[in-house]
Amino acid sequence: MILQVNNVSKRFGGLQALSGVSFELPEGQIMGLIGPNGAGKTTTFNVINGVYPPDTGTVVFKGSDITGAKTYEIARQGLARTHQIVKPLNELTVRENVIVGACFGRQNLPLGQATDVANEVMEFVGLGKRADQLAGSLNVGQKKRLEMARALAARPYLLLLDEVLAGLNPSEITRMTEIVHKIREQGISIIMIEHVMQAVMSVSDFVLVLDFGKPIAYGTPTEVANDPKVIEAYLGDPKLAEQLSSHDPVS
Amino acid sequence: MSMLKNLRNPGLWLWMAIVLAVGLWPVITQRASTREEIFTVLLSVVLASSLNILLGYTGYVSFGHIVFFGLGGYVGLFLITAYGWSLWPAMLAGGISSAFLALLLGQAILRLRGAYFALATIGINEAMRAFINNFEPFGGPTGISLNFSVYNDYGGAANALWMLYGVMLALALLNILLSYVVKSSKFGLGLLAIREDEDAAEVMGVVTPRAKTWAYVLSAFLPGVVGVLFFFKNGNIEPPQAFRLHMSIEMLVMVMLGGYGTILGPVLGAAGYQRLRGLLLTSDLFKNIQLTVAGVLLLVIILFIPAGFVGWLRNRFPKLRRFLP
Repeated sequence: MILQVNNVSKRFGGLQALSGVSFELPEGQIMGLIGPNGAGKTTTFNVINGVYPPDTGTVVFKGSDITGAKTYEIARQGLARTHQIVKPLNELTVRENVIVGACFGRQNLPLGQATDVANEVMEFVGLGKRADQLAGSLNVGQKKRLEMARALAARPYLLLLDEVLAGLNPSEITRMTEIVHKIREQGISIIMIEHVMQAVMSVSDFVLVLDFGKPIAYGTPTEVANDPKVIEAYLGDPKLAEQLSSHDPVS
Repeated sequence: MSMLKNLRNPGLWLWMAIVLAVGLWPVITQRASTREEIFTVLLSVVLASSLNILLGYTGYVSFGHIVFFGLGGYVGLFLITAYGWSLWPAMLAGGISSAFLALLLGQAILRLRGAYFALATIGINEAMRAFINNFEPFGGPTGISLNFSVYNDYGGAANALWMLYGVMLALALLNILLSYVVKSSKFGLGLLAIREDEDAAEVMGVVTPRAKTWAYVLSAFLPGVVGVLFFFKNGNIEPPQAFRLHMSIEMLVMVMLGGYGTILGPVLGAAGYQRLRGLLLTSDLFKNIQLTVAGVLLLVIILFIPAGFVGWLRNRFPKLRRFLP
């Protein structure tokens, strides 16, 4: 198991953001994390990568307990993430942004080698031509790819992708989905939060569904899509439930 | 390897040569008045460039940076008068004391972000002044005065002034080089990442508490060193002189005027500001309100050219970037 989350709870004032979330992720697999807005998906990420310590429960990454560790300590152990609301280092170039990822990530590379890694990763996500542009001048789709590139440059064992497809147009979604597939081929484990159902269903090995901070379903995409509790959680949008159950995840 | 390659930047050496040439000008002409003018500019270059490591690279606004200048000066003069130290170890001790103060303060206040950090730094300067005012070993409110005979070891007062000028020039050049080396290093990249988005930097693995503390320590060291030099030249040091809050603000104006986060910005900012200040002080209309003009200047820069002079040039003419480090 690359990641074990055991009975994690987190409360913000009067809001129980997470209660009793547990799951395990085998190495090299992709887990989709879905649920209605406010279900606690991003909070789960924040607890895993150390932005918030959980109130109860433990997070074990590659066999070592990282509960309550600092984000930078966890990053250096090989866990990288992207942000739902992109956080580009605006006044630095795209290349410099990616070099930061390579320099301070798992491999802790010196500048020269980090530059080589950055160049390679920028080509991989299709930002090669933008390398010398300031990150602040990119459009939304490019900024999402920059987030991805920075995370990949760290050479992580586990990658947390927070809505990398949100706000992208259909051709950009196709492209990004291809990138996710290629990352998995490199043996990197992935947890992805996604609202674009077709994408998450086609890419994931397992899906965990959260609702009001509680896990309500866990299983293969087909199992989850046919789970009555999941359909109920999404009932605000019956069409989506229909879409979920009609989709063939085997492709 | 990459560090050596980085040092091949043509702009760095061009501007180091320009600063050296300007610095040597009074030596060639042997004019004491020009020497004093340029001494003030070089002092400002050191203070502004040092502050730039914290303000420009790391994005933390320190309103009380002059505390390191004052503390260094006090420690240095104390060691010279009480223990008969020579100037050189005293300068080093002044720098180390300031750096050590920054190390201690860093643990406490670098957790604060934005306006809270800025407010804390003002508090530190005022607290230090009040403390020294009541600290008898440092002479309390009367401060420390040097005996005139102390200059005899340096060939008499007239020669000492030239020598101190030469040391100041060397320190200014050293500071420009240091700014450059820091900015082009991995450590510097971590600082820039913190400036742009501290949370993102942490998520990418930048050990922010350590990086910020070292930036603070580095930005405090040379102000401490030049504090000893300045007050040694001055002959005495008193609390109100050593911890002038408005000098902290002038340092900020210089960095912002020239362009924060660039190597050249604080250098041109210091020269430009001191030139302006000289003109204002000699004009009947402005001599009493020169600080007001500094305040207005800061406001105008932040509103209209937040990148400062060098930053504006770099954005306007990307091809010239090589020559505008």
